[in-house]
Amino acid sequence: MVELNEVFETVNMVAEENLDVRTITMGISLLDCIDPDLGTLCDKIYKKITESAKDLVKVGDELGSEYGVPVINKRISVTPIAIVGSAACKCPKDYVKIAETLDCAAKDVGVNFIGGYSALVQKGMTTGDRYLIESIPEALATTERVCSSISLGSTKIGINMDAVRLMGDIIKATAEATKENDSLGCAKLVVFCNPPDDNPFMAGAFHGVTEADRIINVGVSGPGVVKHELSKVRGQDFEVLCETIKKTAFKVTRVGQLFAKEASKRLGVPFGIVDLSLAPTPAVGDSIADIIHEMGMEYAGAPGTTAALAILNDQVKKGGVMASSYVGGLSGAFIPVTEDKAMAEAAEIGALSLEKLEAMTCVCSVGLDMIAIPGSTPATTIAGIIADEMAIGMVNQKTTAVRLIPVIGKDVGDFAQFGGLLGEARIMPVNKFGCADFVNRGGRIPAPIHSFKN
Amino acid sequence: MSRTIVTLVGKDKVGIIATVCNFFAENNINILDLKQTTSQGFINMMMIVDTDSYKGTMSELNEGLEKVGVKVGCTVKAQHEEIFDMMHRI
Repeated sequence: MVELNEVFETVNMVAEENLDVRTITMGISLLDCIDPDLGTLCDKIYKKITESAKDLVKVGDELGSEYGVPVINKRISVTPIAIVGSAACKCPKDYVKIAETLDCAAKDVGVNFIGGYSALVQKGMTTGDRYLIESIPEALATTERVCSSISLGSTKIGINMDAVRLMGDIIKATAEATKENDSLGCAKLVVFCNPPDDNPFMAGAFHGVTEADRIINVGVSGPGVVKHELSKVRGQDFEVLCETIKKTAFKVTRVGQLFAKEASKRLGVPFGIVDLSLAPTPAVGDSIADIIHEMGMEYAGAPGTTAALAILNDQVKKGGVMASSYVGGLSGAFIPVTEDKAMAEAAEIGALSLEKLEAMTCVCSVGLDMIAIPGSTPATTIAGIIADEMAIGMVNQKTTAVRLIPVIGKDVGDFAQFGGLLGEARIMPVNKFGCADFVNRGGRIPAPIHSFKN
Repeated sequence: MSRTIVTLVGKDKVGIIATVCNFFAENNINILDLKQTTSQGFINMMMIVDTDSYKGTMSELNEGLEKVGVKVGCTVKAQHEEIFDMMHRI
């Protein structure tokens, strides 16, 4: 039987340390909706999503109420739309129609984001892939809840530099198309190397083609809980530090496991994975940068930060893996800037630079995430930053991602606001030296030698 | 049996547990176990209750407990026992 102190530990985690279930994401395959007629395709997509996810929000809220741990987001991921739409879409505008259908379905079932406006082009682009990519600026400007992700590279295949270069232009065009809202469209657009098929977190969630018809994936939270536990072991050695993170991650992940199993049972949809990621929010105390500070850095970004993040990421996995029967997605620690209040502050005072963030992505679960940069940053420079990040992922056999927001009309030091969980931050400086001759070469970067394991 | 854990935190005074117990009696909820500590004028209490004969939903139970909480000046909350077992037991 549980003890009084254990019960109150859990109660305090929710009440004071921002413990929540960050997202219950239903993955829905749209492969059976494929049709050469665009109107029929959109009808089938709308019907499949609204029927599959009609109870998703209700069940998420019920679980939150019964277990006393709030479920912050209920979301949907779908099969990469470039594949689903390739038979029906004859131009980029046709893909925008599908985006509008997704947006409409998301609103009607009450989810706040729907991911999967995606293309997997790590080796090459089909005509459909290209149309989808070219449609992104308009699709993200005209819809509210649709998220887009593009896979540009993998350890097995290499990096598609034509697509990397194109995404430099697309990110700029998306920024331009949503410039009235601080280029918000770019917050819903991410590029990946080695993306997981079962990621429940936005903007990068899509339902991979190897997945079942429908699946429930859950993302947990808990930076505030880890920070609170670490505050009890100040000054103690690394063994104690690591054990504390591991035990806390276990408890947090168990909540995710319980919610995933229960949501799966009530919705009649198989349980996929729990994503162990520590996902921060702009709320005070719900921050990865605060954990790094608690570990001993004056600010996130100070020397030692990469080592601290490596410890955090590894211990979260070690604790989380035992707590869940299936672990997947990104599973590590996220280091977004605008979505993490203390991270944004570290960037503002100059403790944290884009280059340090790049180094940190070598040891954490994702990449350069939610970073506002000057709107005047050239597309070739954005492509260069993407290429660097893709190379880190490819060589280190890990997922990396880039979600940069070139805020049109604003420059270094100006304030960019995205609202809600997307947060706010000052615009960070970007290295001013060019890389156009490199990214304009075209073609592919071959897979690294250690990918040939057969 | 559907076991629910009810927690109560707040400033201690006469009649807190009596008020909570009355609420359970009125709603056909059986108390299985009760633990509490008081320190420096504050009370931490945990009850394990059986909600099988309770007619309402969990959110209705929580709404009722919120009103009880206002009456006694404490925060009162009900959660399924499973969440605590999952987090604190392997």
